[in-house]
Amino acid sequence: MDLAIKLIVFLPLLAAAIAGLFCRVIGARPAQVVTSAALLIAAALSVFVFVKIGFGTEKLIVVKLFSWIDSGTLDIAWALRVDTLTAVMLIVVTGVSSMVHIYSIGYMEDDPGIPRFMSYLSLFTFFMLMLVTADNLVQLFFGWEGVGLASYLLIGFWYDKPSANAAAMKAFIVNRVGDFGFALGIFAVWMLSGSVGFEEIFGKAPQMAQMRIEFLGMDLPALETACLLLFVGAMGKSAQLGLHTWLPDAMEGPTPVSALIHAATMVTAGVFMVCRLSPLFELAPTASMVVTLIGAATAFFAATVGLTQFDIKRVVAYSTCSQLGYMFFACGVGGYSGAMFHLTTHAFFKALLFLGSGSVIHCLHHEQDMRKMGGVREKAPQTFILMWVGTLALSGIGIPFLLGNGLGFAGFYSKDIMLESAYGAHTTVGLIAFWLGIIAAFMTAFYSTRLMFMTFYGKYRGDHHTWDHAHESPLVMMIPLYVLGIGAAFSGLVGYDWFVGHDWRAFWGNSLAVKATEEVLHHAHEVPLWVKLLPLAFAVAGIALSYYYYVLRTDMPERTVKRFPGLHALFYNKWYFDELYDAVFVKPSLAIGRFLWKKGDGAVIDGLGPDNVAARAQDMAGMLMRFQSGYLYHYAFVMLVGVAGLVTYFILSAR
Amino acid sequence: MSSWPILSLVTFLPLVGALFCLIVNGPKEAVDRNCRSVALVTTLATFLISLLLWIRFDPTKAGFQFEEKVAWVPALNIGYHVGIDGISLFFVLLSTLLTPICILASWESIKVRVREYMIAFLVLETFMVGMFCALDLALFYIFFEGVLIPMFLIIGVWGGKRRVYAAFKFFLYTLLGSVLMLLAIIAVYGQVGTTDLPTVMEKLDLPFTWQCWLWLAFFASFAVKVPMWPVHTWLPDAHVEAPTAGSVILAGVLLKMGGYGFLRFSIPLFPEATQYFAPMVFALSIVAVIYTSLVALVQEDMKKLIAYSSVAHMGFVTIGAFVMNMQGVQGSIFQMLSHGIVSAALFLCVGVVYDRMHTREIAAYGGLVHRMPRYAFTFLFFTLASVGLPGLSGFVGEFLVLLGAFKANTWVAFLASTSLILGAAYALWLYRKIVFGELTKDSLKGILDMNGREIAIFLPLVLLTIWMGVYPNSFLDPMAPAVDKLIGDYQAALKLARTAALVP
Repeated sequence: MDLAIKLIVFLPLLAAAIAGLFCRVIGARPAQVVTSAALLIAAALSVFVFVKIGFGTEKLIVVKLFSWIDSGTLDIAWALRVDTLTAVMLIVVTGVSSMVHIYSIGYMEDDPGIPRFMSYLSLFTFFMLMLVTADNLVQLFFGWEGVGLASYLLIGFWYDKPSANAAAMKAFIVNRVGDFGFALGIFAVWMLSGSVGFEEIFGKAPQMAQMRIEFLGMDLPALETACLLLFVGAMGKSAQLGLHTWLPDAMEGPTPVSALIHAATMVTAGVFMVCRLSPLFELAPTASMVVTLIGAATAFFAATVGLTQFDIKRVVAYSTCSQLGYMFFACGVGGYSGAMFHLTTHAFFKALLFLGSGSVIHCLHHEQDMRKMGGVREKAPQTFILMWVGTLALSGIGIPFLLGNGLGFAGFYSKDIMLESAYGAHTTVGLIAFWLGIIAAFMTAFYSTRLMFMTFYGKYRGDHHTWDHAHESPLVMMIPLYVLGIGAAFSGLVGYDWFVGHDWRAFWGNSLAVKATEEVLHHAHEVPLWVKLLPLAFAVAGIALSYYYYVLRTDMPERTVKRFPGLHALFYNKWYFDELYDAVFVKPSLAIGRFLWKKGDGAVIDGLGPDNVAARAQDMAGMLMRFQSGYLYHYAFVMLVGVAGLVTYFILSAR
Repeated sequence: MSSWPILSLVTFLPLVGALFCLIVNGPKEAVDRNCRSVALVTTLATFLISLLLWIRFDPTKAGFQFEEKVAWVPALNIGYHVGIDGISLFFVLLSTLLTPICILASWESIKVRVREYMIAFLVLETFMVGMFCALDLALFYIFFEGVLIPMFLIIGVWGGKRRVYAAFKFFLYTLLGSVLMLLAIIAVYGQVGTTDLPTVMEKLDLPFTWQCWLWLAFFASFAVKVPMWPVHTWLPDAHVEAPTAGSVILAGVLLKMGGYGFLRFSIPLFPEATQYFAPMVFALSIVAVIYTSLVALVQEDMKKLIAYSSVAHMGFVTIGAFVMNMQGVQGSIFQMLSHGIVSAALFLCVGVVYDRMHTREIAAYGGLVHRMPRYAFTFLFFTLASVGLPGLSGFVGEFLVLLGAFKANTWVAFLASTSLILGAAYALWLYRKIVFGELTKDSLKGILDMNGREIAIFLPLVLLTIWMGVYPNSFLDPMAPAVDKLIGDYQAALKLARTAALVP
């Protein structure tokens, strides 16, 4: 078991090293084989570990590796911690990653940088696995920053494109803003509990809830402060409102990257972190309230932007942002198990949607603008059907009450349980989250089917040369799509009882905050009938409206835009966040930097300091030089002045 | 303990090499070649011997080890007294590691006055190592000042266009501080009657006002060396004009003399003044971190950008040293070691392309990844180490310092943490401008990737950076007892002062 866990984590690292360091010698194909094989083995082992932990009696395994940083009372070790929460993430990460590896063999076929690409993918997987198996906050931070690095490298994979380079930098720096909060949160937790290990922290959580902390001159409740700081980190990584600006730009990276990193795994790290720390958040009601509000606001905001975008990948990206918002508000009301459930189903259907979009893009020779698509179902029928599976899963379509829990696509179960949790919390913020979530569900259904209709239906709107060469993707790309399609269709049905149904206690063990989970699931299952039906009703309405706009009356979008130009501009321009940040942070920083350099260092410090002293010294020297003129009377004069001075001094001091 | 004087051997072996260089004779080319080889062999041998220090070092002891004590000026009670503890051990190793790397880095780029150049570096090594080993104030001062002379020559003779301005600026800045330190040393001598450091530590008992004045005098010297804001402006100029190897030593070792000085002298000798002035040090350090990071954002010269980033990184060192808890001080030392490796490597990275293109202007580059994949990897690696990516050396020091600072004062930790963001911004911007993008400039179309010699220079630094990041305990453990003692003594002294103040 220990060996299996070690292999899961370190095989991808090994593969990344082989592909990265040696494949210039042995070529592209071995790089693909080595990395994909490593990931497939890791995925198989993950299933084994998942079954053992999730359905076995031993709910927690910690594999100690070696010590990392010891300083005084600080004691950090490298260790791999696997409980059910981690085991779920292992399945998600290795499952999606192995599929993306295989898919990339086809998608990146003509790219000159194949070994580098495969190496980065595996490296990313390693960091992500270190993140989810972390046994302490600092190792979590290691994985956290590591996936950030891999994301930076992969967004900027096509380094000739200035837009890709800019997007990569933006992703790294915006994430660093989040990490800034995360780091401070770690310091706070350490100061309060004297440890960074999860076991010790959770043990001290009740005491911490009573403590107060002096932070930036304010006297604050300690645990709330620490949780809020940690949540800032989660906001950065999971692209929540305020720190979301990097995610849409990250679509500059190759599509498999978007599927793996910016949909299924890395961006969910924030949700994972909050769930991992749920024993802390459970005792921090104010912080949880903030989590709920930010999540709900993001779910709503990102959906509004998604309505108006034309780039196929950006639509899916905003949808990811919005779905992450759902997961956060579920966490905020205590529905950690629901959030993890949605994280899992979302990983399948969102990866499917991205890879499906990639298949379309591949089919149309790297065209991403939906205005130049249409009718693609003729050319790519399999992709078309699989994309429908993903879309219906995302929209949360199903038949309620059939077979007890209802029968539907994955998102049907997981989105409903989150909304029910929010409603069942019976708090004001819970209700706000519920209603924003319901509206967002409507918009989600609208924009995701809009994507389907614009891409696959109607007449082709691009140029004919591309159309003639359009073709369904090769088998190596289709197999991963089918695998993910199965997940998108059935993971909700299969997982429901274990994740959020009767068996949740046996499944999760102690890996999530037990008390909060119990309460929330209880209330969620007791909500009135209309609460259970409303999300579905809104989703169906969204699909119907989208059908009306984009199939029946294709002039309607235009007319609606003309009707509400202000609103459209706001949504289309992403609520002007980029412009705002540019004006408030980027430009002033550069201006201040320039000012400090030229004026501060140049004029003031050097001007008054060394250069000034040098100049004055020269002046003095010049003055003194004049006395050494060679004329006797000059010397005599100086002597006289000196004598006069001495005499005066003695007379004055003699008094 | 060994019976033979291993510390003196490490200190003065380079001088033997310098002597060899002096007497080498023959046609210019042969002399150049021989001097290079002599310098390399000597510095490598010195490095290997210095490793013995680490191997034989007893990591459980807090006091000085490998001590040697010889009366030097007995009339004045000045002695040749050397020894190292957990704090100085790694600085000695850092110096002996970087010198051969500098020699190797100058192998082809230095073509004029090779003999003199090599002699300068060998003499410099003696002074550096001697300074970190010295346990006598007078001896320390001599080595501390002695470092200036070869460095002044290296910048002034083998430097760039404005080398004379930079060399003088460097020299005068540092000399001004040192003169004040000399006065302070004389004052201490006047009190205790000896310059032997362990004796001074034991016997020195100064009233608070005296402590403050002497602390400030030492501070003047060390703050310039670190350099702390606002006495940092010599550094960008010195770096820009210095030859690559000069920058490496400057960033790698010379800046550490300031931080080391604080830990070795200011804190143990003047504990009350240390406590009194700590808020000022924090303020200056935070200004340094934020101010220089912002300035680094807008630089147009590669070396200047890295120089300014050095000032920001050294701001962490001074914060850590003065928070006076285990994490802070260990972090501070670790940060110095890590910065010694990483910034040295970054200057070497600049040197690689400077040797080929003879410009440091950022705008002259772009798209190097197309022609130089190995270089792109190396440069990225050290850029990431510099922005403190966990798993590499830069993270450990910054993390420990911030952790220690958070315990002492949350404002300090909060403001200093902004470098997480700003540091990433300027470092990645530099990398993007140099390495990424299309290769459009004609001048770059024929540029060659790193050769075997250059790989040999970088490889040990890469491995060391990973080692320090993944298993920093190799370095933290040996220094722990000494740091523990430093903090213990400091707190004991403060407690004593408090009780003394209560007695009427």
